[in-house]
Amino acid sequence: MALQTLSRLICGALAAAALVSVAPMASANDDDAWPALRSELFGNRPIVEQSTLFTVDAPHRADDAAIVPITVRLPASAGDVRKLTLVVEKNPAPMAASFTFGAAAATGERVIQTRLRFDMYSNLRAVVELADGSLHMTTRFVKAAGGCSAPALKDADEALALIGKSHIKDVAALDGGAGGNSSARIGQVMVRHPNYSGMQMNQLTGLYIPAKFVTSMTVQRGADTVFDLEAGISLSEDPNIRFTYLAAGGAALSVTTTDSDGRVFKAATPPAGS
Amino acid sequence: MAESPPDEQHDHRLRASYKPSQLPSRPAGSHPGRREVVLGATAAVGALLVRPPPAFITAAHAAVPMVLQTEEVAPGVFVARGVHAVMSGDNGGHIANLAFVVGRERVAVIDTGGSFKVGMALLEAIRTRTALPIGVVINTHMHPDHVLGNAAFEGSPPAGSKSAGSGPTGSGPTGPGATGSGPTGPAVEYIAHAKMARGLSARADRYLEHNGAAIGAGFEGTRVVLPTRTVDTAAEVDLGGRTLLLQAHATAHTDNDLTVRDLQTNTLFAGDLLFSGHIPTIDGSLRGWLKVLDQLVKQPVARVVPGHGPATMTWPDAVEPQRRYFEMLTSNIRALIKQGRSLEDALYVAARDNLVGWELSQEYHKRNVAAAFAELEWE
Repeated sequence: MALQTLSRLICGALAAAALVSVAPMASANDDDAWPALRSELFGNRPIVEQSTLFTVDAPHRADDAAIVPITVRLPASAGDVRKLTLVVEKNPAPMAASFTFGAAAATGERVIQTRLRFDMYSNLRAVVELADGSLHMTTRFVKAAGGCSAPALKDADEALALIGKSHIKDVAALDGGAGGNSSARIGQVMVRHPNYSGMQMNQLTGLYIPAKFVTSMTVQRGADTVFDLEAGISLSEDPNIRFTYLAAGGAALSVTTTDSDGRVFKAATPPAGS
Repeated sequence: MAESPPDEQHDHRLRASYKPSQLPSRPAGSHPGRREVVLGATAAVGALLVRPPPAFITAAHAAVPMVLQTEEVAPGVFVARGVHAVMSGDNGGHIANLAFVVGRERVAVIDTGGSFKVGMALLEAIRTRTALPIGVVINTHMHPDHVLGNAAFEGSPPAGSKSAGSGPTGSGPTGPGATGSGPTGPAVEYIAHAKMARGLSARADRYLEHNGAAIGAGFEGTRVVLPTRTVDTAAEVDLGGRTLLLQAHATAHTDNDLTVRDLQTNTLFAGDLLFSGHIPTIDGSLRGWLKVLDQLVKQPVARVVPGHGPATMTWPDAVEPQRRYFEMLTSNIRALIKQGRSLEDALYVAARDNLVGWELSQEYHKRNVAAAFAELEWE
């Protein structure tokens, strides 16, 4: 909740700052965003940097800044992972996604794949929190520009007409691998949502298109949580998340999504045997 | 000729100017802890917005002339071919095919290029062919390489001040009052798909910023000029004894594609619904585009002018390489989705696709794959 509020503040503050910044300042070098962000998100808790506990795959150079695919792999050896936070350091609302894992999250290798927007060349920071409270970070630099304020909507009418349409599905068994768990499977959730960043100005009216984005999501297997997600505008249009979970006796997967207008969208897989 | 009319003279026309200072306010939350980060980010944005920096626009730069070669592909139908490249200082933004059709009373311009300078060069090229006034500027869709020259045609005077008494036949819908009514001539109509203004206006800042950065000093004077007349389904434009048929399409290359057909020579201006040589770029819907092509190929036209490619091609075979590319994309990506593969997998596999014959595939193919994947996974 705090992160979500922070996202909004960051976005609004940017516009205000833009108004008063008469002269461009020469301070936007590559490294100065992180210390402030870090203390906002994690206070003064120590973070193990360049962690080898887990891996993050991101394209070095993104083909489409509005849909940058990201894969985080948390091997069994990473231990008991409680949270995963993805931060696009240079985005106006950097906190892209924060996953809190529940009882139905996969053991063995745990994988999260999603798509993010990059407004400019930026570091992607992935921070993992273990059960002992320790924080571990992996950083990737992504060359991509224009994902936030460039409207990705390829068909604006369709995007609004289909808003909230959701799918959740069981995709496949997770490939074994080291520490593989035979009941670990890959699931995928897809939600139609324009995820308007609030940064696009409508030149017809001179007004910014109001932000309208997915703020949170809960994925469950039966009554058990796979993950809770707090999301920001750095998540791509039509939020799309592949995740691993533990199958249990055919219990259905379900997803509940809430957006910034307070709308709630739901979907579920068909019950087993149907 | 280089000056554009002041805004007040055309306040009926919606427009967006390239003014770095024009950042409107929004309600803002304040958060002291965020300040430094926020200002840092803003500085970067500000730096982009002031491009091209005033000091950089020297007289020498701004004065480099651009000359467009035009080819008469059919009687009264002229095309200025764009190069197959991304916008740069070298090409000045002339990367799309631009065209004009000369009627008995007025001229229709079909797409205006990627900068004010390209638009001015197109106007000069028109003036080497005809002294008739520019009656309409038609934009085939919202993309910057097709619309950012629009401002060059605002109130463009008929060359040599063609006399108002030259006797319009009266067949034109605009009537006698519309010709030579003042020193700046009649107002030019800007025509586009009904959804074009929304799409362009939402992207205008980015287009100006990015293309300004890519082109540099040659981008000076570039503004967004939005349509004054829109087309929902179909419309006719009378050039005096010559009719253009305009057709608005469902989402394909973009959600605002418009084709133009000159009935006199049966020439189809496909805009970016047709690419040849230059790899197509999907900013709308792959499936929608294939559907629109199915309809377009039924039109019995004598020739087609692609948005990117040769000045003219034969129809409908011109469309076949593009259709094959789309079909390859569709079948490959559907197969991956069926196998439960991810977008990442699709991008990885795409590196092996056969792209022989397509220029700029490094720049656009994987982006097309991403767009197609995001679309087809909802099937």
